Amino acid sequence: MAVSVLIVDDDPNILMALRFLMEKEGYRVSLATDGDAALEAVAAHRPDIVILDVMLPRRTGIEVCAAIRADPGAAGVRIVMLTAKGMDRERSRGLRAGADLYITKPFATRDVLAQIRALAGEPAAGGGAG
Amino acid sequence: MVDPGIVAAVAIVYLLILFALAYWVDRRGQGERAINSSIVYTFSLAIYCTSWTFYGSVGLASKGGIAFLPIYLGPTLAFALGWLLLRKILRVSKANRITSLASLIASRFGKSSSLGALVTVVALVGSVPYLALQLKAVSTSFTVLTEGASRAASLASGSIVGDAGLWAAMLLTLFAMLFGSRSIQPGEHHYGMVAAVAFESMVKLLCLTAVGLFVGFGLFHGFGDLFRRAAAAPGLADLFRFQGASAHLNWIGLTAVSLMASLCLPRQFQVMVVENVNERHLDRAIWLFPLYLLAINLFVLPIALAGRMLLPAGADPDSMVLSLPLASGAPLLALLVFIGGLSASAGMVIVETAALSTMVSNDLVMPALLRYRHRQLAARADLIPLLLTIRRLAMVGVMGLGYVYMRYVGEAYPLVSIGLVSFVAVAQFFPVILFGLFWRRATRIGALAGIALGFLTWAHTMFLPAIAGSGLLPMSYLTDGPFGIAWLRPHALFGLDSLDPVVHALFWTMLLNCGAIVGLSLFTRQSAVERAQAALFVDVFGGAEAAQLWRRTAPLPDLRTLVGRFLGQKQAEAAFLDRARRRGLDPGGIEADAEMVLYAERLLAGAIGSASARVLVSSVVTEEPLGVDEVMRILDETSRLIEVNRELEEKSRALELAGAELRQANERLQELDRLKDDFVSTVNHELRTPLTSIRSFSEILRDNPQLDAGRRDEFYAIIIREAERLTRLINQMLDLAQIQSGQIATVIGPADLIDVIDDAVAATSRILLDKGVTVTVRAPAAPVRPVALADRDLLMQVLLNLLSNAVKFCPAGHGQVSISAAAPEPGWVEFAVADNGPGIAPELRDVVFERFRQIGSSQTGKPSGSGLGLTICRIVVRRLGGTIWVEGPAQGGALIRVRLPAATPAEDGSRLERAPQPAFAAPVQMPK
Repeated sequence: MAVSVLIVDDDPNILMALRFLMEKEGYRVSLATDGDAALEAVAAHRPDIVILDVMLPRRTGIEVCAAIRADPGAAGVRIVMLTAKGMDRERSRGLRAGADLYITKPFATRDVLAQIRALAGEPAAGGGAG
Repeated sequence: MVDPGIVAAVAIVYLLILFALAYWVDRRGQGERAINSSIVYTFSLAIYCTSWTFYGSVGLASKGGIAFLPIYLGPTLAFALGWLLLRKILRVSKANRITSLASLIASRFGKSSSLGALVTVVALVGSVPYLALQLKAVSTSFTVLTEGASRAASLASGSIVGDAGLWAAMLLTLFAMLFGSRSIQPGEHHYGMVAAVAFESMVKLLCLTAVGLFVGFGLFHGFGDLFRRAAAAPGLADLFRFQGASAHLNWIGLTAVSLMASLCLPRQFQVMVVENVNERHLDRAIWLFPLYLLAINLFVLPIALAGRMLLPAGADPDSMVLSLPLASGAPLLALLVFIGGLSASAGMVIVETAALSTMVSNDLVMPALLRYRHRQLAARADLIPLLLTIRRLAMVGVMGLGYVYMRYVGEAYPLVSIGLVSFVAVAQFFPVILFGLFWRRATRIGALAGIALGFLTWAHTMFLPAIAGSGLLPMSYLTDGPFGIAWLRPHALFGLDSLDPVVHALFWTMLLNCGAIVGLSLFTRQSAVERAQAALFVDVFGGAEAAQLWRRTAPLPDLRTLVGRFLGQKQAEAAFLDRARRRGLDPGGIEADAEMVLYAERLLAGAIGSASARVLVSSVVTEEPLGVDEVMRILDETSRLIEVNRELEEKSRALELAGAELRQANERLQELDRLKDDFVSTVNHELRTPLTSIRSFSEILRDNPQLDAGRRDEFYAIIIREAERLTRLINQMLDLAQIQSGQIATVIGPADLIDVIDDAVAATSRILLDKGVTVTVRAPAAPVRPVALADRDLLMQVLLNLLSNAVKFCPAGHGQVSISAAAPEPGWVEFAVADNGPGIAPELRDVVFERFRQIGSSQTGKPSGSGLGLTICRIVVRRLGGTIWVEGPAQGGALIRVRLPAATPAEDGSRLERAPQPAFAAPVQMPK
């Protein structure tokens, strides 16, 4: 079964670019443009990986991340935080909230693909679909 | 008989010897040491024994026996038992430089000049009979000695020129002047006079003793023989028994009156208090003086008995001391007796007139002069001659009165009777002194009333009857009472007719005197000065040097000059120098402190009395008890303190305010700092977002060369759009920076609002279409065309910003934006942009225009834009002279209205000169 990826970002262009990259990699892709939609999507599809922008309408990426981590049913979800604020403060906040990866915008597409690939190849920490 | 020439010569020589002694003591310059002895002090006190004692006691004893004794029992008791009182009078007088009885009383009752004057008048009137007594004794003894006892009885009928009394009066006045008013001494010390008085006391004692011994051993075979024969003689034994029903009362009354008089007689006060140089002399005097009294009275009875037995029945009793040796063929002894009597009289007259003249000048004339002739007085640099003149005139006046009294009143009375009139008069001072020294509450009014009432009663019961007795007043005054009012009869006042006249007078005067003092003191209040003086006097042993109820200072030179005018400049300077040295002060100091002022006042009081001194010192002193100035100064200090306090409070308030402002400024700074951080963070995000797209699609295009053309074009388009977005953002930030620094040139001219709105809508048509927003433009009816006076390009920027803002908040798909223009009032035009979005909460309507303020929350989601749009709008509108604000339409959504100055028709079409490039070249848009 293909690795499923949920991409959450409010910028349609970035959403389009990431979707292109993930689909080309062969992942099953679903999309969300705000925090609430992201949580709904996580509950509905149980994606293996969530690519989460920090600056989101309604709920910030940090809040979404924390909510996912607080949900026992979503224990195996890997979370990749994306942020346009490349500051260390944001990075540590994201990692504290339970993100597995933290990627700063703008990013090199190859690096992102390599990192997500590595993440997808790892066995799930808590019995999720590997 | 002795030749009158010889007698006169001997008398004059004797007086000259006395004067020489006095002069010698004074000239030695150490007069104080010469008389600094309790023996001298005691002998000077013996001035109490005048010719009344020398001649009168024998006279009285020859008729009344032991009745003469109370006169000496009084002072004996006063000295033996009244030690505390005497000591207190001495201490108080020394502490306050008291120079006379009047000064003492005036000083105690608030340095009252009226009281001083009253005391002086009473003392003066009261002393006149006493002086008359001395003159009568001298003239009688002179006549007896020169012409025989028989002629003496008719002395008053002789011509005035031949009257020995007149000569005696003149001679004694002259000597009194020589002794008592040669100069003004601070403290009124007359060392020479005291020495002379002590000497004469010795002489009179020796003379009387000589007569006594002569009688006992010359005329009789010893005193045993004398008393045996007297006991055998008919009637003489009665002399040793109380005679009459009221004899006991008389005895007690006379003892009491002489007790009081011995302290209150002006001359006694002079020698006992004023002339006292050492308080400790009193310790021995309290038994030495009674001893002297005993000694001088030792031979009174023997001489009286001998006179009764040896002299003819009709002989003048008061001349017995002289008549006995004369009749026994001993003229030299008689001459000696005459000298003794002269001594007794002279001593009394000299000291009495000195004391009275001091009182007259210090307590009567000077206060009056100070009050009524102050200016003339002030003009005189040296007041000593004036003072001396006043005193000499006073002496002459007093002696003149004494002589008149002797000649017209004293004639009819024996010596003792004349003397007792004076005794009762001066006894009126005793209650005032007693109460004044021991009862703090005694008031000036009480003292005045007591003395006045006592004096009037005395005049009525003793003085006027004496004058009536001499025929100057009708006898009916005595027998029927004044104006025939029986119950006012002088010797039976209010029907009290069972007493001896003297005791009767004493009873009434004392009753009214004491009653007035106590009664009025209880019902009157003391002034501040009175209270202070009362405390000073009553608590003199308490150690309170001076109750400084007031603070007084004065220029030291002024004070020195003032004192110098009365004491002589040299003496004044020496006194001040000495005082300054003792207190360890700088003698060259300019300002005299309160203590120095007090010292000066006491120095002056020594010369002119306490009441006058007080008046004079106040003239140079700057402050008085609780004076207005002082109170004002204290108030001033207080108010200054209050002022300082107020200023401090004000400053602390200002400080608090500044602190609060600082806190506010700091908060604002922190807020600005936070805003800046937010802005930086926002800008960072806004820049990174398009960059991310650009880079991502660029890499996708690079890594996927096999992409179909449609997708490739789509990706290229995104890259280009995002690059444009980046450019816009950078431009907007630069614009803001420029506007803020005021570097934009504007071209002001008429701008048709509808035209500008149409252009703006056209410029944003694509976004509007993308978001599905419908725009309606409402313009006023045909003839009205709102034209603003503004820079058209800037106006366009504002509209574009507002439009994109409205679109941003419109719900996706069914957004509605309405733009309206109007000319609501002359001179102004308006336009408004409204949307159907969530609207702006009333509390945020001002905030939205602030820089970097982005309204974003859980309901609107992530704020979009840079947060610069509305800020730029407001800056521009203000630059154009207009205003911009948010209104809340009834149906929700936001309405932002702009008001601008209207263009006048004249300016229509005439565009002003156009200067640099319009600032906002690119429309502000935040496509998302």
